[in-house]
Amino acid sequence: MIPLILRRIAQSLPTLFLVVAGSFFLIRLAPGGPFDLERPLPPAAMENLRRVYGLDQPLIVQFGRYLLSLLRGDLGPSFTFRDLTVTDLFARGLPVSVTLGGLALVLALGLGLGLGSVAAFDRGGAADRLVGLAASLGLAVPNFVTAPLLQIVFGLGLAWLPVGGWADGAPQNLVLPVLTLALPHAAGIARLTRASLGEVLIQPHIRTQRAMGLSRARIARHALRGALLPVVATLGPLAAGLMTGSVVVETIFGLPGIGRYFVEGALNRDYTLVMGTVILVAVMVIVFNLIADLIAATLDPRVRLSA
Amino acid sequence: MSPALVRRLVRDRPALAALASLVLIALACLVGPQLTGHPPERIYPDFVRVAPSLAAHPRPDAVRPALTRLAFRMRLTLEDVTQDGDRVRMTLTAPKPIDARSLRLLPRSGLFGEAQVRERSADGRRLVVEAPIRTLHFLLGTDALGRDLLTRCLAAGQVSLLIGLTAALAALLIGVAYGAVSGMAGGTVDALMMRLLDILYALPFVFFVIMLLVFFRAGLWLVLVAVAAVEWLDMARIVRTQTLSLKDRDFIRAASALGAGTGRILVRHIVPNTLGSIIAAATLLVPRVILLESFLSFLGLGVQEPDTSWGVLIAEGARALESAPWMLAAPACFLVVTLVALNRLGDGLGEALDPRLSAAEAR
Repeated sequence: MIPLILRRIAQSLPTLFLVVAGSFFLIRLAPGGPFDLERPLPPAAMENLRRVYGLDQPLIVQFGRYLLSLLRGDLGPSFTFRDLTVTDLFARGLPVSVTLGGLALVLALGLGLGLGSVAAFDRGGAADRLVGLAASLGLAVPNFVTAPLLQIVFGLGLAWLPVGGWADGAPQNLVLPVLTLALPHAAGIARLTRASLGEVLIQPHIRTQRAMGLSRARIARHALRGALLPVVATLGPLAAGLMTGSVVVETIFGLPGIGRYFVEGALNRDYTLVMGTVILVAVMVIVFNLIADLIAATLDPRVRLSA
Repeated sequence: MSPALVRRLVRDRPALAALASLVLIALACLVGPQLTGHPPERIYPDFVRVAPSLAAHPRPDAVRPALTRLAFRMRLTLEDVTQDGDRVRMTLTAPKPIDARSLRLLPRSGLFGEAQVRERSADGRRLVVEAPIRTLHFLLGTDALGRDLLTRCLAAGQVSLLIGLTAALAALLIGVAYGAVSGMAGGTVDALMMRLLDILYALPFVFFVIMLLVFFRAGLWLVLVAVAAVEWLDMARIVRTQTLSLKDRDFIRAASALGAGTGRILVRHIVPNTLGSIIAAATLLVPRVILLESFLSFLGLGVQEPDTSWGVLIAEGARALESAPWMLAAPACFLVVTLVALNRLGDGLGEALDPRLSAAEAR
C-alpha cells in the first residue's frame, strides 16, 4: 500500500510541474503587471518595487527562484494583500472553504445515495420519476441561480437564516451555502447511483438473494457495495472541487474562503496568489483522486491499484 | 439512424417532449426578437423595472408624468392635458416662439406616435398638439435600464445556443480526431496519447480558461475557443474505447485487406460506426458548455455588452434581486428549461443507442 501511494505521488510530479510551468508563463505573458495603477507610479518607485519582488530578473531566473522557494514550501508574498504571504491567505481562507466543502460533500453523498437507491428500487414507479425530475432540475439549475433563490426565500422571505456572512462558522450561516454547493452534486450522485444500482439489481446473484427471501435492506446492502464503484470514481475531482471553494458561492454569500482568490488574483495580476491557488487546486485533485482510488480498492478487491 | 433507433426514440415520450421544447426555444430565439416589437437594445427610460404583465403600457396615470418629463426636455411648459382613448391632446407654451421640430422628441421617446399640431397661436408661443399613445407590452417586464426583458432573453438565447452548439461541435471534432487516432494507432502512441490525456484531466482547466479571459480581454470568440479547449477530453475517451473495440472486427480487416489505408479506414469505417455514441455524448456536452459559458459570463468574464447571454442576464438579475426578481427568474427559466431538455434528450439518445436494449428487442 505505502509503496503504491509513494509511486502515485511520484507519478503526479510531472503533472504538477506542468501546472506550475504552464500557469507561470501564461501569467507573465499577459499584458499588465501587479503594480499598474490608475495613476502610474514614478519610474524610480516602480523600479524599486520590481527589484524588491525580483521582477527585474530574466523570466527564467524568476522561474528558477520560484521553483526553489516552492521546494521549501514557500508560495511567496502576495502582491495585492500587503504584508501577507500567499500561505497566510490560505491559512485564513482554507478552513472556511474546507468546512463548507466537506459538509457539502457529506450532504451530497447522503442525499444522492439515498435518493438514487430509492429510485433504483422503485424503477419506473412514482418515486423513481420524482427523483429523476428532481435530479435533472438539480443538474440544470446553476448555483448562481440557486444561491439568490435560497437567499430570497429563507433569508428575506421567511427570515429564518442569515442572507450571508461567515460569523466564525455559526451553523445558521452555513446552511444556505452548503445547500447551494451540495444540490447539483447530490443530483449527479443520485443519477449515477440509480443507473449503477439498477444494473446490479438485475444481476443473477441479486435474483438469487430475492429468491432466498432476503430482506430488502440486506439485498440493498449487497447491491450497493457493487454499485458504489462508479460513484467513488467521480469522488476525487468532486471533493477537490468542493474543498477549494467556489467563487460564486463565496461572492454571493460573502464568505472569506479561498475560492475568490483566484479570480481576484488574476484580475489584479497578483502573480504569486494565482500561482498558489492553481497549485493548491492541482494538489487537491491529485490527493483526492488517490484517496478515491484507495476507497475503490477496498470496496472491490478486483480493482487492482494500477499505476 | 436506423429505423429501430427512431422507433425507440419516438416511444420515449420525455425525450420527444424535450426535443419539441428545444426546437420551440431555438425558433423563438431565432425569430422572436423581431416579433416582440422591441429591438433588444431599445431603452425606455420611462419604463425601468416594469413588472411582467399582459397589460399595455403606458398605464393611463403614467401618461401625464411622461409628458411632463418630455416637455421639460423640450424646454416647454405643459398645460391642460386631455386623454381621449389612445390619443392625447395637450397645450404647450413657451416664452419664445416654439420650433415645431422639438416635437420630434415625442415619437423618439417610444411612448407616443407622430405629433400633429392642431392649433398655433399667432405669436407662435402656444401650440395645441395631438399625438397617438403607443401601446407597449412588456410580457416579462423590463430590466434596470428599461429594456424589454423578453426580447433580451431571446436575443441572449441566440448567443448562448450559438456558443453551446459551436463549442460543442469544436470539442467534438478535436475529441473524435484525438480518440480515433489514439485508438487506431495502438501501442506506444496510444499509451503516450492517453497519458497526455490523464495529465490534462488533472489540470485545473477552468482556471486556465479564467486566466485566458482575464488577460486577453473577454469576448464571444475567446469564450468559445476556451470552452471547446476544455471539454473535448471526455469525447476523446469515448471515441478511443469505441475505436479499440471496432478495429479488430472483420469488416475493418476486410477493408484493410482490400488495400484501404489507415486514414481511409478511420474516416470511412471507424468514425461513422461510433457516430451514435458521439451524438449522444455531444448532446450532453451542449448543456455543459452553455452552463460553463453562463458561469463565466456571471463572473463578468464571458460575453460582453452589447452582446448578451443568459449568464449575463442572470448576473444582472441576481444584482437586482430585491427590486426586480423577474430579472433573475426570466433568464433563469430559459436557461434551466433548455438545459433540462438537452440533458433529457441526450439521455434518451444514449438509452436508445444502448446495444443491450436492441438485443432485448430482437429477442
